[in-house]
Amino acid sequence: MSEAGSMFTLQFDEAICASCPSGACLVKCQYLEADREQAKREMLKIFRGEDSRVLQECVTCYACEEYCKRGNHPFYLITQRREEKGILTAPRAITRQWINIGEPRGKYEVGEIKERALSFGFMPQFKDIVKGKLFEDVMPGYFFGQEYFCNVVYIHFANTAVIKERLPRVIRNIQELGVKEVVFMHDECYAAFSSLAPAFGMEVPFKPIHYFEYLYQRLEGLRGDIRPLHIRVAYQRPCSNRLCPRTHRWVPKILDLIGAELVTRTYQDENALCCGSIFRAMYGYDLAADVQARNIEDIVKSGAEYCVFNCHGCQNALSDRLARKGVRPIHMVELCRMAIGENPGFEVP
Amino acid sequence: MEDIKRRLCDIVGERFVSDRAEELFFYGRDPGLMPPHSPDFVALPGTVEEVREIVKLAFREGVPVVPMGAGMTLTGLCIPRKGGIVLDMKRMNRILEVNDRARYTIVEGGTPTGALKAYLDAHHPRLRFSIPDSPAATTIAANVMIHGQGRLTQQYGFNSDMVTGLEVVLPTGDVARIGSCSLSPDWFSKGAPLPDLSGLFLGWLGTTGVITKVGLKLYPRKKMREVEIFITDSPDFIPDIIYEITHTEMTEDINIFAQPLPLIFKDNHHVVVYFTGDTDEELEFKKKSVFHALDRFIKNKDGGFMTVGPGMKQSLLDMPQRSASTFADVTKGGGFEYSGPIILVEKYPQCSRKLDELAEKYDLKYHATARIIGRGHAMMFAFSFTFNRADEDMMDRVRAALREASEFALSAGGVFWKPTVDEQRRLLQAMDPVTRRLMQMIKRNLDPSGIMNPGNWEVP
Amino acid sequence: MRHEEILHRCFRCGWCKFTSDYSEFNCPSYRKFRFDTFAPGGRMWLIRAWLNGDIPNSARYQEILYSCATCGSCVEHCAFSFRDDLVEIFISAREEMVNDGRIPPPVRDFLKSINVHGNPFKAPEGERGAWAEGMPVEPYSDQDYLLYIGCVGSYDERGKKIAKALARLLSRAGVSFGILGDRELCDGNEVRALGETGLFRFLAESNIRMFRELGVRKIVTLDPHAYNAFRREYPGMGGDFEVLHYTQLLSMLVSQGSLSFSGFRERVVFHDPCYLGRHSGEYEAPREILDSIPGLERIEMRQSRENAFCCGGGGGNFFTDILGGGEESPNRIRIRQAVAAGAQVLAVACCQCAKMLEDGIKGENLEDRIRVLDIAEIALTALKG
Repeated sequence: MSEAGSMFTLQFDEAICASCPSGACLVKCQYLEADREQAKREMLKIFRGEDSRVLQECVTCYACEEYCKRGNHPFYLITQRREEKGILTAPRAITRQWINIGEPRGKYEVGEIKERALSFGFMPQFKDIVKGKLFEDVMPGYFFGQEYFCNVVYIHFANTAVIKERLPRVIRNIQELGVKEVVFMHDECYAAFSSLAPAFGMEVPFKPIHYFEYLYQRLEGLRGDIRPLHIRVAYQRPCSNRLCPRTHRWVPKILDLIGAELVTRTYQDENALCCGSIFRAMYGYDLAADVQARNIEDIVKSGAEYCVFNCHGCQNALSDRLARKGVRPIHMVELCRMAIGENPGFEVP
Repeated sequence: MEDIKRRLCDIVGERFVSDRAEELFFYGRDPGLMPPHSPDFVALPGTVEEVREIVKLAFREGVPVVPMGAGMTLTGLCIPRKGGIVLDMKRMNRILEVNDRARYTIVEGGTPTGALKAYLDAHHPRLRFSIPDSPAATTIAANVMIHGQGRLTQQYGFNSDMVTGLEVVLPTGDVARIGSCSLSPDWFSKGAPLPDLSGLFLGWLGTTGVITKVGLKLYPRKKMREVEIFITDSPDFIPDIIYEITHTEMTEDINIFAQPLPLIFKDNHHVVVYFTGDTDEELEFKKKSVFHALDRFIKNKDGGFMTVGPGMKQSLLDMPQRSASTFADVTKGGGFEYSGPIILVEKYPQCSRKLDELAEKYDLKYHATARIIGRGHAMMFAFSFTFNRADEDMMDRVRAALREASEFALSAGGVFWKPTVDEQRRLLQAMDPVTRRLMQMIKRNLDPSGIMNPGNWEVP
Repeated sequence: MRHEEILHRCFRCGWCKFTSDYSEFNCPSYRKFRFDTFAPGGRMWLIRAWLNGDIPNSARYQEILYSCATCGSCVEHCAFSFRDDLVEIFISAREEMVNDGRIPPPVRDFLKSINVHGNPFKAPEGERGAWAEGMPVEPYSDQDYLLYIGCVGSYDERGKKIAKALARLLSRAGVSFGILGDRELCDGNEVRALGETGLFRFLAESNIRMFRELGVRKIVTLDPHAYNAFRREYPGMGGDFEVLHYTQLLSMLVSQGSLSFSGFRERVVFHDPCYLGRHSGEYEAPREILDSIPGLERIEMRQSRENAFCCGGGGGNFFTDILGGGEESPNRIRIRQAVAAGAQVLAVACCQCAKMLEDGIKGENLEDRIRVLDIAEIALTALKG
């Protein structure tokens, strides 16, 4: 870890954990079995730096960050300890590839930035969908590139060292754009500045706004343009939304506003199921195939016509198979644009 | 010379003969690094009869003849080292027959791979052939002539193994039919059960005759194709990984690549695995088999399947592969060349390390590509360097690096693929003397006056 | 030379020669001459060789450079990031040759005629507006649109018929438009394509000055070549006008209901003009017009849209005929493609294509099988009432 990185330590409160009435972090875990007592015991062992089966068995779905209603960051703790003990979560090549992908190399793009700007993380594909009336008050005030990439993904790989080294620079880069508010188009980026940075004691000198909140407010402003969609949609909640669970409440509100019926399904809200793409890279076939099969079956069974995605990773992982089963994949932004009569880039039946 | 030109014009028509500076310049070089040498004439024959007449003329006059497809070997094999007539075969591009049931096709000697693909797509959607990664302009005849490899090589061997018959204009002007077509209307075999005479032409780089027709095996084309990439951080794991994947017998093709740029590829080795299926179930079963074959590597954290984004997937599934050509522009320079020995898969780690060493020594941009041949029986390992055509010094460095790579490959038990003239010489020196003598006998008997692509495969 | 730094980057790999599915060679000059020197890769290597002094500016070299139809098929199909500049590179090389003073005689004649007569037909300037005599057409004063006809529509017999059809059609649709008549100047697109930058600049500046003085804001062109010059080149010289090709205006009129058709009962295939299609990205407007005509059965050739095969008239070849002649001349190949597709009518949206392809029909002796009509002519015939 670099010298700069060592300044940042996780703020985890042992007492909060010890007094936990539910052990929800592990009791609710979809991938490993634990009752309330075991949960508390294992988490305290982890905190004290002892060996725990959790360190071996965790699949990095991030959900415990949400299950812990007491704000004590169980997943960040697991990550930190795995890192200290050298317990890899992913094959070395996969981790290495991701670290290389996020390497700043001067290939960023910055639009015309005013006080409020849009962050595309390092995903240029947002340029293709972030268009039209919904964004006319901010666009072309966007930025993307590795220089502005939150780097949170490395918690999948038990590698906070990279985050501690890069994130402060990213914060500085964004600050130097002179923005007061940043609307983040990806959960993980939003979570970087609303959850992870504060948890590690990093200061964030701008206000992070989740794009759900932004969309909702814009849609309210454009109420007159909304033509209710009258479609049934399922929502695929991504792992990264677990890091900023409060933003999840915007989903039903947005869908309600645009006249899309959110179907009930088994894997929703706190019980959301991973898209499998990270599992596949880290653990091979079986786990990924199992969660993907269950997830897709659940979506199909729900009777949804569309599956709404919030994360491009999930969308890439599930789109083809959903489409083959007659469920149309669509990103939340595209769905909202469709509701105000804009062509989201494909034929609308 | 005037007389030869006049007679060439009589044979193919004036508009298809040139001895102008422009054509002599262009046809005197290829996109690689071999020194240029101008032909005296370029002729574009349109029929077997015309090829025959030209070869007869050349035989009488003792003028060299160099058959050429798209000229994309990069190793200078169509550069007329001793002048003479370059035969640009691309006017002879008809697809003469597709036998749907017996799964073979007969094409003329100048038919591009791209054109056969388009034809099968349109008329025989259940058939395919082994498409190489070279540009779509590459001709099928030239590709089998150099023992090219393609998308089905892991399943069925070298593309030349897929030949089912040849029509060849011999250096004397006689037309020979090779294989079942020598006595039957059906082009199902290039040799068996007869003596396999295709070996007199395949691999001879146009020094024993001009291929005017090729019979080529076609294979079942499944409805769906898929690609996955397994990555590992050490070349030492590659031979075992390949052994496990080929054991499944589930894949269409296996390629390996490693390159420092863009960053997403840095420091890893990428095993690109293609598989096909007629149903979701078939595809999924194959995928599952391949994934499970590599479980122990995943469990030990020695490798994993990377996420392949839609853009990369599209480009990998592309046939022929446009992205393979664009390596030429990495230094904004318009060129690349590789030394591509055929060598055992177990030599991958040494080859890979040698390539890293050469790239550093000569300060070059590079990539490693390997294609698995058969069930891991061998691989083609490309020591590939990109260069700037406007930078003489860089071109010299690439030449030096390629020379060292070749020396290394030979010492490691490899045999050069589509060798340069210099590499041919080294192969002949290293070869068993009886084998060399046999080659000499064949060449002398087939081409007594030495007019066919002279300079190549010249046994001293 | 402009773009000289790109020349050595060509790998001469040949992707540029094909259609997207590799089924055909789509470079018109390669298709005709069949030496690789006549393909885009050949040109790239030869231009470099010429600049390096390895080959002279010979008659052959001129033939190679000037047989390029600037059709842009190579731009569409080249595998490299510099592909957008390919046509510009060939034009730049022609500029160098013009500066060098060594160009093919027909090119020299073309440029001389523009210089002397203001048009490539050696016709009097005073006859430029003659096509409009007796037509329901006003001189441009302050109407909504300036209808720009161009040299071929003004002087060529085939072109004049199309100009008339369009003028009638616009007038029937109640469009407010005017023409320049004898005051019209050559747009210069072909002058530029043939490498005479100075003359092009003079024409463009004169046109821009005149358009400004007349208060022109919207221009609709008959010829996609003029459309290209106005849209792509004039803005850089201060000519900021709203420019439409006439098919775009007609398609708007159709969708607004200002034009409606009773019927046209034939099987029609549309030939995309290079300067409307590949150069300007407009593939839909002409098809929308045809599709709105009852009874018209529209089919497609295998080589259409981005893969359309040029008529052979582009890049000045309409006038210089360096690419034309013989069985493998592009216009004859294109006619064979249209007949193979089963068309009775080959629809065009460019008066240069119209003439080229009609010649193609004659060359192929297929007058009884197929005829060429401009979309304006089809629309006028099919008009209600």
